[in-house]
Amino acid sequence: MMSERVSLFIIAFTVINVLACVWLLWWTAKSRGPQAPEGSAEPARVGHVWDGDLEEYNNPLPRWWLWLFVITVIFGAAYLYVFPGLGNFAGSKQWSSVGAYEAQAREREARLEQQFAGIHSVSLAELSKDPAAMSTARNLFGANCSTCHGSDARGAQGFPNLADNDWLWGGAESTIYESIANGRRSAMPALGTVLGREGLNEVASYVVSLSGVQAPADWIAAGKERFATLCAACHGADAKGNAVLGAPNLTDSIWLFGGDFATVRTTIENGRNSTMPAHASLLGDTRVKLLAAYVYSLSAQERVADETTVHGGTGGDASP
Amino acid sequence: MSDTTTTGRATYNDRVVRQFAIMTVVWGIVGMAVGVLIAAQLLWPALNFDLPFLTYSRLRPLHTNAVIFAFGGSALFATSYYIVQRTCHARLFSDRLAAFTFWGWQVVIVAAAITLPLGITQSKEYAELEWPIDLLIAVVWVAYAVVFFGTIVKRQVKHIYVANWFFAAYIITIAVLHIVNNIAIPVSPTKSYVVYAGVVDAMVQWWYGHNAVGFFLTAGFLGMMYYFVPKQVGRPVYSYRLSIVHFWALISIYMWAGPHHLHYTSLPDWAQSLGMVFSLILLAPSWGGMLNGFMTMSGSWHKLRTDPILKFLVVSLSFYGMSTFEGPMMSIKTVNALSHYTDWTIGHVHSGALGWVAFISIASLYALIPKLFGKTQMWSVRLMDAHFWIATIGIVLYVTSMWIAGVMQGLMWRAMNDDGTLTYTFVESLKATYPYYAVRLAGGVLFLAGMVIMAYNVMRTVRETKPVDVAVLAPA
Repeated sequence: MMSERVSLFIIAFTVINVLACVWLLWWTAKSRGPQAPEGSAEPARVGHVWDGDLEEYNNPLPRWWLWLFVITVIFGAAYLYVFPGLGNFAGSKQWSSVGAYEAQAREREARLEQQFAGIHSVSLAELSKDPAAMSTARNLFGANCSTCHGSDARGAQGFPNLADNDWLWGGAESTIYESIANGRRSAMPALGTVLGREGLNEVASYVVSLSGVQAPADWIAAGKERFATLCAACHGADAKGNAVLGAPNLTDSIWLFGGDFATVRTTIENGRNSTMPAHASLLGDTRVKLLAAYVYSLSAQERVADETTVHGGTGGDASP
Repeated sequence: MSDTTTTGRATYNDRVVRQFAIMTVVWGIVGMAVGVLIAAQLLWPALNFDLPFLTYSRLRPLHTNAVIFAFGGSALFATSYYIVQRTCHARLFSDRLAAFTFWGWQVVIVAAAITLPLGITQSKEYAELEWPIDLLIAVVWVAYAVVFFGTIVKRQVKHIYVANWFFAAYIITIAVLHIVNNIAIPVSPTKSYVVYAGVVDAMVQWWYGHNAVGFFLTAGFLGMMYYFVPKQVGRPVYSYRLSIVHFWALISIYMWAGPHHLHYTSLPDWAQSLGMVFSLILLAPSWGGMLNGFMTMSGSWHKLRTDPILKFLVVSLSFYGMSTFEGPMMSIKTVNALSHYTDWTIGHVHSGALGWVAFISIASLYALIPKLFGKTQMWSVRLMDAHFWIATIGIVLYVTSMWIAGVMQGLMWRAMNDDGTLTYTFVESLKATYPYYAVRLAGGVLFLAGMVIMAYNVMRTVRETKPVDVAVLAPA
């Protein structure tokens, strides 16, 4: 709310500007100035001449144009009576854009809650088999998640693939829900100054060698020693990662930022910071649960395959 | 060049007019070529070649600045200097200041063409240029005002011709808008912070932005219209009284219209409503200029068959009428809820920019350039005709494709399923827009081709001519 004075100023300024235009319209609409004699084919000229031949007729305002002007003024006055516009006057309808938005949002929420009232007591695995829920969830994913993770959820550089069964923070039902609801923040510290040129080459060589990339043997050996002191705390002595910290498994060929020597070296040198925003307050519990079930469903097939080969998924960062 | 003829009579200063007229054609081609490139980038993103200074985000402001301020600005300088001398029966107030405005404006344009691709920007739309360039613009503009109003003061006729009212309003208002919107605290030669914050910043920005449309792109070019239409058809302006009422109503009501750029934002509702109401009331004052133009031509329609300049004028007034109808409609909140942030806005802007602003400038230049170089007509009337048809088809392709694309985007973005989720993802609307981007690019290429034809025709017209000094005409 503005002060009463500012409000009055706005009202006065608005009304005076419009009334001044209406007055000018009335003044120019009246017959004035030189008039053509009766029966003359040509309208009267005003009498000024510029640049040899520039002149003006004294024709009246076109009627339909005059009425168009008047109608827009009448519409404007009516609009400012009904809707907010004249300073603090809220308008006869008491309309506000915030109120209109909230009413729409309430209706949408009510529809959603009504349709999915039963989902809160159901497990993600069960919910992921409900076609209606998954159809809604796919739309939610498209509108809210695909910008980073892609419409097929297969990620992009720096944004994890959600459709494989490889997890940074764990793929259990509760963990997936947690990641979406409260977000995640992972930090790989920059080790460039600690390691120096040589150290960077050695550790990077060791890391890429774990997933079968060729590197000089002496660098790999030296890198392995450095890894044990600097990196093992988070990534584990076996370099298979730690889902509690979001530290990735470095022994598979799945890479968030890239697994070639140069990229791995850059990652170690400058570090990486990633943020998954918290969505509980943005989307509400129902949508987060639907999305969690959808993400869970994306890796369902691989989950079954992994469970049969690894016997319950005890190895690697796939464990919750 | 001298300011008197051999017989000692005063002459017009057409040197600065010639300079600005030629640069209008040059900057038109440059600005529109950048536009064509970024239109192509929307279709083939790889066309930025992964070079920072060729990215869409840096070239888009270069395109808008080049077409509005370099092309449109040069056209306005050329025509206003020409018209104010003819209709005041006086030489420009100061030749040196006039020359300063020409060179100063060219330096501004070149500085913009260097800094914008380098990413040096205030991030204010149509006011991207950083503070040192803003200061130069302010100085040049004040010099422009001194030359223009000095000439008005020198006039040998009592009444000030209507074209000059519009030029006067445009010069004064642009000075005020430019200075107020760009008040900033510099932190380095290439970086400053604007003093306004939050929604106040947004409101100041769109008060500037919309009035740049209203006064630079409307009032200024109406000044051109009020001189070249009656001159070209050889008939008096239709109604003096209509020009009075539509002038005052236009300049007073335009000032309020800015908030319609901020519908459904954190701008208070009352300001949004006033923006909408004044935009609607603006319809009749805007159409007053179109009516005065069309009614002045009425009775001379047969000349349309033979005079390409008149064709350009008729189409420009038609697009002016259409854009100034479309604008108020788009300012209605419920319509804006659909049209805002879509390519409909781009279509609207280009129906005004290509249809109205560029066409009236082209018509004025085709009328002006032969006179400035002592000829009666352009080198080739057939090429003028070809330019007209190619450019008109270009505009139609551009505007219709963006209308369809915009309405389609608006509908796709708001489409909602029964469960309250959105039917389409953003990328689906983008994919659906692709064919229209191709049509738009074709339209832009045609319009640019027209400008190239014009440049050739101008070159052939002025080649091997000597600029002529025209004696100031004695008032009637």
